[in-house]
Amino acid sequence: MQAKCLPTLVALCLSAIAGYSHGAPADKVAELCGSCHALERPDYETQGREERFSRKAPPLYFAGNKYRREWLAGFLQEPYPLHPSGYFPERKLRDTPEGDMPDENALAAHLQLSESDAAEVADYLMSLQPYAELITQDSYSEGKVALRMGTLDFRKFKGCDACHQDSTDNGGFSGPILYDAWNRLQPHYISAFLKNPLQWDPNTIMPVPQMNEQAVHKLVDYLKAIGETE
Amino acid sequence: MKAITVAAISALLSPLSHGADDASGERLYTMYCTQCHGMHGNGLGVNSSRMSVQPRSHIEREEMMARSDEELFKVIQQGGKSIDKSNLMPAWGDNLSEEEISALVAHLRQLCCKESGNE
Repeated sequence: MQAKCLPTLVALCLSAIAGYSHGAPADKVAELCGSCHALERPDYETQGREERFSRKAPPLYFAGNKYRREWLAGFLQEPYPLHPSGYFPERKLRDTPEGDMPDENALAAHLQLSESDAAEVADYLMSLQPYAELITQDSYSEGKVALRMGTLDFRKFKGCDACHQDSTDNGGFSGPILYDAWNRLQPHYISAFLKNPLQWDPNTIMPVPQMNEQAVHKLVDYLKAIGETE
Repeated sequence: MKAITVAAISALLSPLSHGADDASGERLYTMYCTQCHGMHGNGLGVNSSRMSVQPRSHIEREEMMARSDEELFKVIQQGGKSIDKSNLMPAWGDNLSEEEISALVAHLRQLCCKESGNE
């Protein structure tokens, strides 16, 4: 009996030394998410731009600084496309005489989890917070913007809708949809990312907006306004 | 933990100098430009059908030859407004190094004016 138990005991001890037990959330997330999403910071300095070409999905190693936990748990149970034409370089396009068109039917379906698995994965992802200081340093506080002015600002003055949708019938197809951004993302993340996307992702395809802090906060307020209207 | 966090943030704050030289103009064009200017460079990118100002076609020789390399560099680096064009063309000067922008300009010249194809 003792001899039979020995391998198990050794395995348990090794797991304890490694800092987790078999079936721990980290293992589960690595298994479920790790083949497409980066769960650790890539070596950007060595890989250069090629890092971006190796991606299959957005990095998640700072998910706890980025997403709202409630949204994550819900998304994992009922996923929906965030990038209407796919996440670069996995763009799904139809080559037509009118130009490149999004090919929604070619988008890969995101993994769908049970309620309990989604909760476990969301809790683990929310623990990944390497950029907590970028969040705490951000000065955004919720404000109000008139919907009409916010729309004008987002579309005409800032040109965000070249790539992003602020409603299902307005805006481009290459960037992530933004009509759900307020419910998906932490307000300080939106603000800090808008101020300097490169701090979060050196290989982002989001240009660094040439905006002062007040202008950034106005845009965040607009995303709040449309998010709460949806 | 705090030290690791600070180190990670510091690393990110540094400009991505690395493999600028590794990424060819064509590769950079695919990554940063095709969403609006199209996978064929014809101005019909996936965003174009919903844009209020149509992106420039980069395969039209005459139009492209009317722009100097310096102008092309400037519009990529500082955005459309810097040459009195649309603000829908963003400024990429913070994202891309000068070497990368030069590589993009060289690729634009290939697209518009290479000997085979578009003459």
